[in-house]
Amino acid sequence: MSGPLVLGIETSCDETGVGIVRGTELLANVIASSMDEHARYGGVVPEIAARAHLEALSPAIQEALRTAGVALDDLDAVAVTSGPGLAGALMVGVGAAKALALATGKPFYAVNHLVGHVGADLLGHDPLVGEGELELPTIALLVSGGHTSLLLVRDLVSDVELLGETIDDAAGEAFDKVARLLGLPYPGGPEIDRAAADGDPAAIRFPRGLTAAKDLERHRYDFSFSGLKTAVARHVEAARASGGPVPAADVAAGFREAVVDVLLTKALAACRDLGVPRLLLGGGVVANRRLREVAVERCAEAGVALRIPPLSLCTDNGAMIASLAAQLIAAGHAPSSLDVGADSTLPITHIQA
Amino acid sequence: MLLAIDTSTGTSVAVVTREGTRAERTTADTRGHAEVIGAFIRDVLAEAGVEPRELEGVAVGMGPGPFTGLRVGIAAARAFALGIGRPVLPVVSHDAVAYGRTERVLVVTDARRREYAWSRYAAPGSDGLPVRIEGPSLTPVADFDTVTSLAGYVRVDAATIDAGLLGILALARHDAGLPAGPAEPVYLRAPDVTLSTPKRVTP
Ligand SMILES: [Zn+2]
Repeated sequence: MSGPLVLGIETSCDETGVGIVRGTELLANVIASSMDEHARYGGVVPEIAARAHLEALSPAIQEALRTAGVALDDLDAVAVTSGPGLAGALMVGVGAAKALALATGKPFYAVNHLVGHVGADLLGHDPLVGEGELELPTIALLVSGGHTSLLLVRDLVSDVELLGETIDDAAGEAFDKVARLLGLPYPGGPEIDRAAADGDPAAIRFPRGLTAAKDLERHRYDFSFSGLKTAVARHVEAARASGGPVPAADVAAGFREAVVDVLLTKALAACRDLGVPRLLLGGGVVANRRLREVAVERCAEAGVALRIPPLSLCTDNGAMIASLAAQLIAAGHAPSSLDVGADSTLPITHIQA
Repeated sequence: MLLAIDTSTGTSVAVVTREGTRAERTTADTRGHAEVIGAFIRDVLAEAGVEPRELEGVAVGMGPGPFTGLRVGIAAARAFALGIGRPVLPVVSHDAVAYGRTERVLVVTDARRREYAWSRYAAPGSDGLPVRIEGPSLTPVADFDTVTSLAGYVRVDAATIDAGLLGILALARHDAGLPAGPAEPVYLRAPDVTLSTPKRVTP
């Protein structure tokens, strides 16, 4: 069985991704990251990311074609993330994808980044958690430095609903900010994981945002991490003020536990409330070991089937964009207009722009 | 024959031959680069009756210009060139404004943030190609008249860069065996970054 051969371009944040798929078969997944250039600033600097995309894109396209062993002539379509994401970064990909489609005479598909994260699962997933094909409907929890979103996916190409999202910082951003508070380098995720290894997750109980009864009424599936970050800052400052050492391991472990707890509590509440016994994880924060561990435990307890794409497909990548476009094409969706622009707040209901 | 693209101010796209501009689309809108670039490329190819493979390369304005828009044109030019397996011919965008002028000119474009981007050109030689002798540089609008002497020069303020002229210039330079323009964008400014330190939260 073969499907459409699609090249996908992703430039919504700090990864320049170019992937090539044939239907649900992954042929290439090239990722160039500007992460190191952002390290000294403690977070993604949009202008630095956009400059890096422009430099990385053409070489990444060439490398993807080489890896996949296909020529531009062989392609059935060129796909690109048109949003949501950083506007200036998105525009690099959109401009390049339109031009590549026109130069090669191929149809152009502009797609939604978040739905792309779900599409990644079609290309392969961790065999330890879930097997066979993606079953729908599913709840999807997408967590990265740029987004924290909870989706109900009834149909990948026609029916995706946003249940909730962060109302302030993304979860990955919270990891970066807390890492800085502890004097740890960027990106914070792996650093917090390392520091937390020797810590007691129960030693300090940090607040779980938007879980109080009054918040749940309005924000049942929304997330908030700024209060948690402030609580951690207060704890660290109090320890310093008292002249004692900052219990970095316990702080890291307690913070990580609070993030993981609130993410999975809300995701599993959605599974239960909506009668959908399936949960899909996506986004770069899935690299966090504790998040995966607790997800496996709690999904097993709740009788929820868990799926996690391999990490190389969880972080932002072009293959997931190509995968989603391949599904759109297979379902008979017409190409996108060449007039679509980058939309930094593209709503989830716009699976294709 | 080239496709020519410049997004250093508005968006301009053209198909040019050694005889002149065959088709061109230009807008002075300084925000919609990513939206219009696709339709502009499609339309100029259609109007010129040219297939992408018939082009020898893609000329592109490398700036100076506001970053976000400038990158759209360069990204498109590079991807188009990759798509047809032909080279990119980079040009300093101001050179296209000076091209065809017989006097000494000072080309000025809006660099935003109350600054002008400018380049100074000597009178052209016998080949008619612009001779840039200073710039591109940035100067605050407020200081411009005192810092940038106009004596002996005609000031030319450009709201758009003509992709047709840019393309014809790229062809002329190429045919004359002159080196291509800058391979990287002419940003003239370092990225905006704020090195913030975490704020205290306890009063
Ligand atoms: Zn993402």
